[in-house]
Amino acid sequence: MLKTVILIGGPQKGTRFRPLSFEVPKPLFPVAGVPMLQHHIEACAKIPNMKEILLIGFYQPNEELNRFLMCAQQDFKVSIRYLQEYAALGTGGGIYHFRDQILSGAPEAFFVMNADVCSEFPLPEMLAFQKEHGDTYSFVILGTTANRKQSMNYGCIVENQQTNEVLHYVEKPSTFVSDIINCGIYLFTPDIFQHIGTVFQKNQQDMLLYADEGDEQSNGWHRAEVIRLEQDIFTALAGQGKLYVYKTHRFWSQIKSAGSAIYASRLYLNQYHQTHPERLATNKDGGPKISGNVYIHPTANIDPTAVLGPNVSIGTDVTIGAGVRVRESIILHGATLQDHSCVLNSIVGWDSTIGKWSRVEGTPSDPNPNDPYAKMDSETLFRDGKLTPSITILGCNVNIPSEVIILNSIVLPHKDLNRSFKNQIIL
Amino acid sequence: MKALILVGGYGTRLRPLTLSVPKPLVDFCNKPILLHQVEALVNAGVSHVILAVSYMSELLEREMRAQEERLGITISLSHEKEPLGTAGPLALARELLSDNEEPFFVLNSDVICDFPFEDMLKFHKHHGKEGTIVVTKVEEPSKYGVVVYEGETGSIHRFVEKPQVFVSNKINAGMYIFSPSMLQRIQLRPTSIEKEIFPVMAEQGHLYAMELQGFWMDIGQPKDFLTGMCMYLQSVRQQTPERLRTGPGFHGNVLVDPTAVIGENCSIGPNVTLGAGVVLEDGVRIKRCTVLKGARVRSHSWLESCIVGWSSSVGQWVRMENVTVLGEDVIVNDELYLNGANVLPHKSITDSVPEPRIIM
Repeated sequence: MLKTVILIGGPQKGTRFRPLSFEVPKPLFPVAGVPMLQHHIEACAKIPNMKEILLIGFYQPNEELNRFLMCAQQDFKVSIRYLQEYAALGTGGGIYHFRDQILSGAPEAFFVMNADVCSEFPLPEMLAFQKEHGDTYSFVILGTTANRKQSMNYGCIVENQQTNEVLHYVEKPSTFVSDIINCGIYLFTPDIFQHIGTVFQKNQQDMLLYADEGDEQSNGWHRAEVIRLEQDIFTALAGQGKLYVYKTHRFWSQIKSAGSAIYASRLYLNQYHQTHPERLATNKDGGPKISGNVYIHPTANIDPTAVLGPNVSIGTDVTIGAGVRVRESIILHGATLQDHSCVLNSIVGWDSTIGKWSRVEGTPSDPNPNDPYAKMDSETLFRDGKLTPSITILGCNVNIPSEVIILNSIVLPHKDLNRSFKNQIIL
Repeated sequence: MKALILVGGYGTRLRPLTLSVPKPLVDFCNKPILLHQVEALVNAGVSHVILAVSYMSELLEREMRAQEERLGITISLSHEKEPLGTAGPLALARELLSDNEEPFFVLNSDVICDFPFEDMLKFHKHHGKEGTIVVTKVEEPSKYGVVVYEGETGSIHRFVEKPQVFVSNKINAGMYIFSPSMLQRIQLRPTSIEKEIFPVMAEQGHLYAMELQGFWMDIGQPKDFLTGMCMYLQSVRQQTPERLRTGPGFHGNVLVDPTAVIGENCSIGPNVTLGAGVVLEDGVRIKRCTVLKGARVRSHSWLESCIVGWSSSVGQWVRMENVTVLGEDVIVNDELYLNGANVLPHKSITDSVPEPRIIM
């Protein structure tokens, strides 16, 4: 039997997703109409023999997470549990800490995935690939091709082209190493824990060796348990005949910031044509005009003179007035867009209101469309002391008055604006 | 009586509009700028208007002949082939202006106000000297040439150009009335009337100031064109309010040509002028704008402080603000944002202009 572990991080991680992550844990943020994690879970649930999905992270138990778990269990008929780390233990430390839970029931292999990736999840292909490579079952990393310059922002994999073995692995090098990058989706066998255990032992010994350097003893165990799969495990395993890379050419993107959430939405909405055509809105009498891929929750209330899309997700209980235009945006639940307003390249937060004739506009940070291997640019908030033009984000319960423009700005939650703003963060 | 209107040259400050049409013929509140002045002159008894131009335009000549017929007056063009400054054009037209003893008007063609030509004539005859200058009170006198004069009589003491400290808040409004004998003071060469002629006249006690009542604006550039429009519309409300359009969807002072077509759920005004054949589609919000003949604004767009040129087309869900000026036949694509864009004629705009600039 098989299992999946999804690493969901915690509140201190994913700060680039603020202010949206103030309201909801990032893994539950809706992408293409459903929580980010649901895309992972849907892909896993399709695998025959997938018996359990374990979420590992360090969020405190909260209502949204519990509710999501309950609904997901019912919908997908597979056991889904949340295992909370006592501290951030890293991508390797978390699974090592819970190895007994992962191995209970004796799975012959298990996937490990980062929650903040957007992918077509070629899981069956990875399983088939694993059987054909290595002497017994080996470990597989999902890789994809990036362009030379951007590859250095990711984990880089040097591959033996005949055997697909990983010869060398380095995380975010400062010089070019390889254009094959780590997608953050792995397939392991139970032996992985031996390798992680070795690193853990070594960490412990290092702790004892340097114990008299004035650090508190209470931190010792914790710091030994912090293990990163990428730097600590893959780098060591490369070239040892145990680690292989399966390259995919299907879509893949990280979701680190709000801008990438809109890009990921576009990728998933497009995938719905094959996987969930019922989730895509169509042009109907008495309905709004739909252009391209649009997701509309059934409880949304939309005037027939509105024009939506391409790449638009409308959440629950959203109200969209007459003559409203929405394009390349995510409208979160409860928001109201009044008559004649225009929302482009933006995320409108829960329960926010946009006044009549107002314009809420951001700048997309899409990968270069002329380069098939281009990924999203590593997004820094500021460049040369100025705010980089990016997706406009309205936090939860933000009120935009009528007839103003909010351009390339980020508005924190519960704010009432009274004029136009451009290129600013509004606290 | 006669009047000389200093039309000047290419009207470069009112580009891109003046790239299509000579400045005197640009519509201001649905009537060519020049016609506002000429009609007021005719009402004050002027039967011969001379336009001092430094560049000849066939369009202008043709239009003036049509107005001659319509108004029953004579309109001549005095063409300066080399620059003559602000006084030289008077010398050039000397023959026309001095064929009798009556005083003649001189106006700057960019001026809009409640033209006080009858009052000027009375005032001028009363003091009996050679020249009268109309002055107007402004808030920021140091941007202009300031006039210092005696309050009781109007006798002018001196002029100060762009004063650094407060001297007076009355400035030269660009409208004069002169007795023909004054022409002897001017030679046919580039001469500045403010710097060379007026100071001498003032010293000799031959120059008087008459204070203008009501609004005044130099509409030679787009920002001031719009401000002048607001002032003029307010004056229309006070004098002939039936010319303005009222009703649901109309706010404040709005002037609409009878052939303009307005869609549903629009919100128009305050301070909007819509020219002949203009179309506003459903859900348009427009304030403090001039829309010239034949232009179309498509649905759900929002415009503030703009001039939309003849036959231009503004797309759906467009936002235009901050003295955006579209020249003739400009197309703005849907869903764009224009902030202070100055767009030359026949241009298609396919990208937003988030900060003020010129689009050639």
